[in-house]
Amino acid sequence: MTTHANPFPGGIHPAYHKDLTRGCETVSMPVPKILVIPMSQHLGAPAKVLVKKGDLVKAGQMIAEPGGFISAAVHASSSGKVTAIGPVELPNGSMGEAVTIETDGAHEWEKMEPIQNPFAADPKVLVERVKAAGIVGMGGATFPTHVKLTPPADSPVDWVMLNGAECEPYLTADHRVMLERADRIALGVKLIRHIMGVSKVSIGIEGNKADAIEVLKKAAGDLAEVVELPVKYPQGSEKQLIFAITGRRVPPKKLPSAVGVTVFNVATVVAIADAVIDGMPLVERVVTVTGSGVNKPGNFRVPVGTRVMDLMEFAGGYGDDAEQMILGGPMMGRAAASDNVPIIKGVGGVLVLTAADMKNTDFGVCIRCGRCLRACPNAQNPMLLGQLIEKGLFSRIDEEKLREIVLDDCFECGSCTFVCPNRRPLVQFFQMAKGYYRSQQKRKG
Amino acid sequence: MEPRTFTVAFAPHVHDGSSATRIMWTVFLTLLPAAAVSVYAFGLDALRVLALTTALSVGMEALALVMMKRDPRACLDGSAALTGFLLGLTLPAGISNGILVVGAFVAIIVAKQVFGGLGHNPFNPALTSRVFLLIAFPKQLTTWPVPRGLQDIQEFMGLAVTRTNDAVTSATPLAAIKEHAQRAMPNIQLNDLFFGVHTPGSIGEISALALLVGAAFLLYKRIITWHIPAATLLTVAVFGALTHLVNPARYADPFFHLFAGGLFIGAFFMATDFVTAPVWPMGKIIYGVGIGLLTMLIRLWGGYPEGISFAILLMNAVTPLLDRYTVPTPFGSRAAPKKTGGES
Repeated sequence: MTTHANPFPGGIHPAYHKDLTRGCETVSMPVPKILVIPMSQHLGAPAKVLVKKGDLVKAGQMIAEPGGFISAAVHASSSGKVTAIGPVELPNGSMGEAVTIETDGAHEWEKMEPIQNPFAADPKVLVERVKAAGIVGMGGATFPTHVKLTPPADSPVDWVMLNGAECEPYLTADHRVMLERADRIALGVKLIRHIMGVSKVSIGIEGNKADAIEVLKKAAGDLAEVVELPVKYPQGSEKQLIFAITGRRVPPKKLPSAVGVTVFNVATVVAIADAVIDGMPLVERVVTVTGSGVNKPGNFRVPVGTRVMDLMEFAGGYGDDAEQMILGGPMMGRAAASDNVPIIKGVGGVLVLTAADMKNTDFGVCIRCGRCLRACPNAQNPMLLGQLIEKGLFSRIDEEKLREIVLDDCFECGSCTFVCPNRRPLVQFFQMAKGYYRSQQKRKG
Repeated sequence: MEPRTFTVAFAPHVHDGSSATRIMWTVFLTLLPAAAVSVYAFGLDALRVLALTTALSVGMEALALVMMKRDPRACLDGSAALTGFLLGLTLPAGISNGILVVGAFVAIIVAKQVFGGLGHNPFNPALTSRVFLLIAFPKQLTTWPVPRGLQDIQEFMGLAVTRTNDAVTSATPLAAIKEHAQRAMPNIQLNDLFFGVHTPGSIGEISALALLVGAAFLLYKRIITWHIPAATLLTVAVFGALTHLVNPARYADPFFHLFAGGLFIGAFFMATDFVTAPVWPMGKIIYGVGIGLLTMLIRLWGGYPEGISFAILLMNAVTPLLDRYTVPTPFGSRAAPKKTGGES
């Protein structure tokens, strides 16, 4: 069944450009010669490497174990030889340890045992399996999924939500997953219901994906209700999604579990089902390759660790006037300096723009027009904060107060910056201040 | 394939295409209907005043930018032109060129650039300048040429008419009401105030209709929100209605107060100035109510016949306070502490 959703306050309506790829069936990319698999593909502590240089590994073999409670395992995406272990440039621009594998082309598997009759199994066994499969949130936040599946006893979860909003312009990877793997999603829902003991599951999908809504309604049946969401960015943000479906408001600085909700991306749910039913760890994901700077936009199933340059070669290459390459969507994705970076678990898109698409980054003063205040989905104060940070005042004013105004709860959706008529880099200001406070905290110990 | 490098920039990588300069020029355009009515009513004198204040303001802005070693091309960003145009609209058509130079200087240099230029001035520059001129040159600022159409029927209007040299001047309806309420009131036609071509007054204030056309476009484009003008107009109407009910012979009816004087240009184009108005909805409403109240207090019991300029400037001073105390609670925290907008 479909139910009506609450529109969240604020938000923006960017041009979606999803027609470029929404009709492109997912094409499986062959394993490239080189895989660069970072140890930090998730939120939390980096994974601990289990292999040495020169080791032979198989596809699906765990090459790194979780490095802490909030961490995730990492697996080889194909078989081959470990040729290097060391720092490489990651999609987020930082340097991080990675295992480089020269693949042998045989793609020999070493999967885990499928769990027979999972609905009779102890939920703990299933959570262990999810942990062993290295599954993290595939919507981009990359929070380790096994942690989400076991909420603390003091904040019980009564409502699970599947996030199929995919509100980032250009991207259609989740859309394709919903169309092509609806049965797996339904199976994943059943598993999550069993693991978490909840009976209420909702699947939120933006209204611009009517075909996915139809397909999932049929596939999910009584397991979950499908909710058509208003088409507005950032509808796919957890707090906005939860409000749209349940009317519950997650308080500032709190996690969704504070209102009894847990949210999973639709691709994450497929990964859970794959791990339990097939014993398949998270070693591949669907990536949208799109934008005016690519020759052939499309959706591709890509082994984790594939370098963007190899993916682009398979996908048809860059147009002559390609100028900017963004990992993720245009609102929250990061412009990479080089395409010698790997696709990791949380990267759902490679967006290539031409100089004509790129925005002018010269910015002016704040004229207090108030557009950012109306766009902010968290009803915060990007205007004041941007001015304070630009003037360097953020170091001289009461830190607690400033954090309270916005910083802790700003998830950098970019809505304020999108609508600023003087093109002020507000999100960048906020990142700067957040970095400043992090370094202050470190200094204080 | 060899690795390839790319241009990097900060997220978000797309923009809605809006621009501050375009917003400024849009506001400028929406004032053109009012200006056109004036040029019809007052002839080329109105055009002279508007062209001069606009050009002089842009010139002053360029001068200030050069002196401060900033890029002088920024004088074309529309903000100085808009300030100059608004200033011209608040002045009588017969004003002398020398006063216009002083006016542009006060608006751009004293009221705007001294505070740091665009985005930093606490008071509306056009109104600051108008009030300065009103105090410095009281005679010239209250000498109203009679608009075309009025000259023929002025004898019937019963308004104070004086003849200076060859120019015919007259009192504004608000001034007439203030001087001798009983005699003037029956003679003032509401539709004259609304369409504007028969009423003496500042260049930009005479036609409520032309101003409404421009304001409607600003609202449609969401450049301004309804809060400030609605609160101001409603307050004036309610206040006017109450006083009229108490003493109809002494106090004009609320419709007169709505359509007379500079209320429309003030409420829609001056009070809504981004830089000097509050930003939050509740703050805007309080600000608008304040403007309406002060305007009526000055009109009914103050020393001047019209009070909208003073009212807006006085409320400009309250803007930082309103911005601070009307911050909405962040999403999900209905009971969060209210005092989250300040920097102390």
